Parts: sequence; structure tokens; C-alpha cells
Amino acid sequence: MIGFIVRRLAQSLIVIIGVSIVTFILLHLLPGSPIRAILGPRATPVAVHQLTVQLGLNKPLPVQYAVWVNNLIHLNLGYSYKLDQPVTALLAQRLPKTLFLVGTSLVLAVVIAVPLGVLMAVRRGKVDDYVLTGLSFVFYSMPSFWLGLLLIGLFNATLNWLPYEAPQDQVSVLSQFNGMVLPVATLTLVTVALFSRYMRSSVLEQIVQDYIRTARAKGLSNRTVLTRHVLRNALIPVITLFGLSLGGVLSGAVVVEEVFNYPGMGLLFFQSAVNGDFPVLLGVSVVVAVATAAGNLVADILYAVVDPRIRYV
Amino acid sequence: MVHSAMSLISQLRPVSNDGTSEGGEVAASGSMWRMIAEIFLENRLAAVGLGVIVFMLLFCFLGPLLYHTQQIYNNPYLANRSPSLAHPLGTDQVGYDVLGRLMVGGQSSLEIGFAAALIAVLLGVIWGAVAGLVGGFLDGLMMRIVDTLLAFPFLFALILLGAIFSTSIPELILVIGLVAWLVPSRLVRAETLSLRVRDYVQAVAVMGGSRRRVLLRHIVPNTVGTIVVNATFQVADAIIFVATLSYLGIGVPPPATNWGGELAQGLNYIFDGYWWLIYPPGLAIVITVVAFNFVGDALRDALEVRLQRR
Repeated sequence: MIGFIVRRLAQSLIVIIGVSIVTFILLHLLPGSPIRAILGPRATPVAVHQLTVQLGLNKPLPVQYAVWVNNLIHLNLGYSYKLDQPVTALLAQRLPKTLFLVGTSLVLAVVIAVPLGVLMAVRRGKVDDYVLTGLSFVFYSMPSFWLGLLLIGLFNATLNWLPYEAPQDQVSVLSQFNGMVLPVATLTLVTVALFSRYMRSSVLEQIVQDYIRTARAKGLSNRTVLTRHVLRNALIPVITLFGLSLGGVLSGAVVVEEVFNYPGMGLLFFQSAVNGDFPVLLGVSVVVAVATAAGNLVADILYAVVDPRIRYV
Repeated sequence: MVHSAMSLISQLRPVSNDGTSEGGEVAASGSMWRMIAEIFLENRLAAVGLGVIVFMLLFCFLGPLLYHTQQIYNNPYLANRSPSLAHPLGTDQVGYDVLGRLMVGGQSSLEIGFAAALIAVLLGVIWGAVAGLVGGFLDGLMMRIVDTLLAFPFLFALILLGAIFSTSIPELILVIGLVAWLVPSRLVRAETLSLRVRDYVQAVAVMGGSRRRVLLRHIVPNTVGTIVVNATFQVADAIIFVATLSYLGIGVPPPATNWGGELAQGLNYIFDGYWWLIYPPGLAIVITVVAFNFVGDALRDALEVRLQRR
């Protein structure tokens, strides 16, 4: 078991290193130069050359990469000239907000989707299942920005119950809870649509197994069969899928943050991509890669913990 | 995208669907197409989905021939009119007729969706089949590359790539294809690994067939089922990706348009109550994507059932 965890950790580390290399290379393909961005369009060639040397941008790429990794280890992610702050400080501000949004949505989504999926599977073929499955299809097929704006239109423009913008200040979001309801609701709805379908599929696969037939033949009630046997076994593959979906949920968070102007990491990434802010992009990419790799790692380990058969892969 | 994960559920199942009926390999590819046709005849949802897709294709590509509106010169005097007899779905903010715009936008959306899915599937099939067939160190290397690239959430990669490459339709197709090929490659590799040990494939090697022959004439045709299922989901996902990219501003520049772009522009007027700018493109996207998902789901369910019967 320990060997399994160590091996998975090593793989994740390789993946993170790989992602950083790929992002580094990609960013150097971005048009435009950070020098011009800093000095402006009227920079003299002398000033351009000086700044290039000073920032170390005239060294070959592998050297630049090594320098960056060295800085990374010392938790120095560079400096953003567009936003005039060190990248680490920016990330420290924005990461907790995204974590709050994504975390709340994920927890809510799991709590809602697991029972919903079981319900959909148990009622398969009846009206409930058709309605719920249809709804989940629709919500899954909607672009998340449309869902968000529709919710704004309904709850803000028409009913005026909730604000259309997420809380902007640095204070804890819990003090302005109203503004968080719609962003979390949007992200949760889209995620529930996906998760409930996974859960339904998984429960359906369990229900037709022989051991369930045995359990029913023993005389156990439907409810006992469900909770004691089906649920546990159905959750196994679903846990893995939830972990693997972390990347997708982060992507959804980008859109939701943009729609509701929530100052999180996704919005930072998007704005930096548009502005060509290299250090921030690199920093956010690394954080996102680490988060996704961590999600995969946790999913794999949980799966191994729950299902002993796969521990020796 | 994550639909492939649904088939992952069935692969994680402890049922052994190999080793029991070895003799029952899938015959010529003709029967695979007939299998698919049967699926549509049996499953009503899939038939409805297919019908919707066909309707959308006709609407977008043949519609402009029947319903003439001009989409080049805008007329600000006609801007933002609500639906009327002359303009059944009203006009948009620069005076284009919304119904006509929907057709033109649909052409772009569907083109990008199909083309991106095609590229993604082609790349994925080649990569996955080669990796699965060759095995060993090359397989490990290729799959590590896939895992590395998968650690980057799709939208982040799309935003990065969209910022690097300037936006035009071919480049958008390329960008989406380059991000989406990872998932089919893993699926195809898994299928290849399981097909590789079948007797008839090993027989080809015994008879002296080259590896290329094994790959092209035996393995790839037998993975068509999984590939087709994944391709339908790829088209659905591509349409949503394009819509999201257009909303974020990394879509195609005017006067070209797609449903996502129209939706994004229309959403500027959500507080003005111009519902005809918002709901038509939005509903078009949702209906089309739902149709693709229906078809993909039905195909996948039917394919699994037949896999079990083998």
C-alpha cells in the first residue's frame, strides 16, 4: 500500500514537471514580448536590451527554465508587471477564493448528486427517471455562462432577490453571503448534472449483479440492500471520476468567475492570458496543474483504499 | 471529454468479458454499421436525437437557400426589433435578421464541432492504437505524455492556445482538436490492449502479417464502436467549447459568427428584455448538444450490451 502511494506520488510529480515545461514552452510562443509590455511602445533599443539582460530573457530557454524552477522552489513565482504585484502575493489573494467557490460547489454537488443518482437508477424507466435524466441532460448541455446569466436574469433582474456580482472585497465572503449564492448555484448545477449521471450509471451496474440478487433472496428489504450493498459498491468507481473531474470543475470555475466577476484564480488566468502577462500565467498554470494532479492522486489512492483488488497495479 | 469516463466505469467493473467467447470476434465492418442502425431503430431517444441533428444540419445549411436574408450589410435603423412578420425572430443589435443569423451561426458551430471532433478522434486513434500495439517503453512514454497534457484542464489550455494563435475558424478547429484528442487516445489504447491478445489478431502475426496490417485491418475496425461513441460526445463538447470561447472573446471575429458568439452578444441585453437575442441561439445550442448526447448515450449503452453478449 505504501509502495502504491509512493509510486503514484512519483508519477504525479513527473506530471507536474511535464506540465510546467509544456506551459513554459507554450508561453514563449505567445506573440508580443514582455519587454515591450513593460517599457511601452516608445522604448529605445538600448532600454529594451538593458531590460532583456536584466530579466535574463536573452539566455537560452533551458537556462531560463532552470532559473524559474529554482525560483519556484524558493516560492518566488516572479513579478507581474501588468498588475504590479509579485505573483505569489496575487495567488495568495486569489487562490482561497477559488478554493472556496470550487470546494463549496463540489461538496454540494456530491451531496446532491449521490442520492439523486440512486433515485434515478432505482426509478429507472418511470416518469421520475425520465424527468430527472432529461433535466440533467439539459443542464449538462447548457453553456455555463448562459446558465449563470439566466440565473442572474431571474433572481436579480426579475425577482431582485440576489445581487448579480460576487463580493469583491478582501473581507471574508461569508460576510456577504448573498453574492455567493448564484455563482455557487451555477457551478453546482452543472456539476450535479454530470455527477448524477455517473452515479446513476454506476448504481445500475451494481443492481444487476448476482450478489444483489442473493441479498434480496435472503429477504433483506430494498432499503437495506441499497444502503448496505449497492451504495458502497457503486460509490467506488464514482469516487475516481469525481477526483478526475476536478480539472473540469476548475474550468467551469473560470467561466463562473468571469460571469460574476468573482476575483478568483480563474478570472486572473483569463485576464492574464488576454493581457499576455507571462509570470502570472505560468504561476497559475502550475497551481492548476498541481491541483488537478492532486485530485487524480487522491482519487487513485481513495480507490485503492476502498477496493483492495487494485492495489497492486 | 468526461463522457469517456462513463465508459471507464464499465472498464473498472470486475466482470471479465474476455476469455469466454474467444471465437466470436466481430466480423467485417459491415455488421458494425448494421449494429448501429439497429440501435437507432430500437431506441426512441436516439432516433429523436438523430432526427434533431439532421434537422439542424438541414436548417443551417439548406435554410439560407429557402429563407433569404442578407448577412453582410448591417442596418442600424433596424436594430433590436422584436419579432414580427418580416423578421420572425427579430433583429439583432446591428440590424441582421436573427433567424438568418441563427442559420449562418449554426453553420459555423456545426462545422467547427464536426471538424474538431474529427481531428481529435483521428489523432487519438492513431496515438492510442500505436501505443497499445507497440507496448513497452514507447507505450509508457506516449501515455505519460497524454497524462501530462491531461493534467491541464481543457478550458485553461484552450484559453492559452486561443491567446497564442490568432482566432479564425481553421485555427479554432485545430486548437480544440489539439486539446480534445487526449481522451480518445486513452480509450483506443485500452481497446487495443484488450484486442491484441485475441486469437485472431495473434493468428495474423503467426501467418506473417505485418504490424501495420494488424493495426489497420483488425484492430482499428474493431474499435470503431468506442470511437463512434466518443466522437459523438466530442462534437457535443466542441460546440460548447466554441460557445464558451466566443463568450470569453477568443472566438471568431465578425462578420463570421457562431451560436456561442450570438448568445454572448445577446446576453449584453439581458436586462433590456430582448429575449429574441438570447433564447434562439441558446436553445439552438442546448437542443443540438442534447441531441448529440442522446445519440452518444444510446450508442454506448447498446455497445456495452453487445460487448457482454460476446
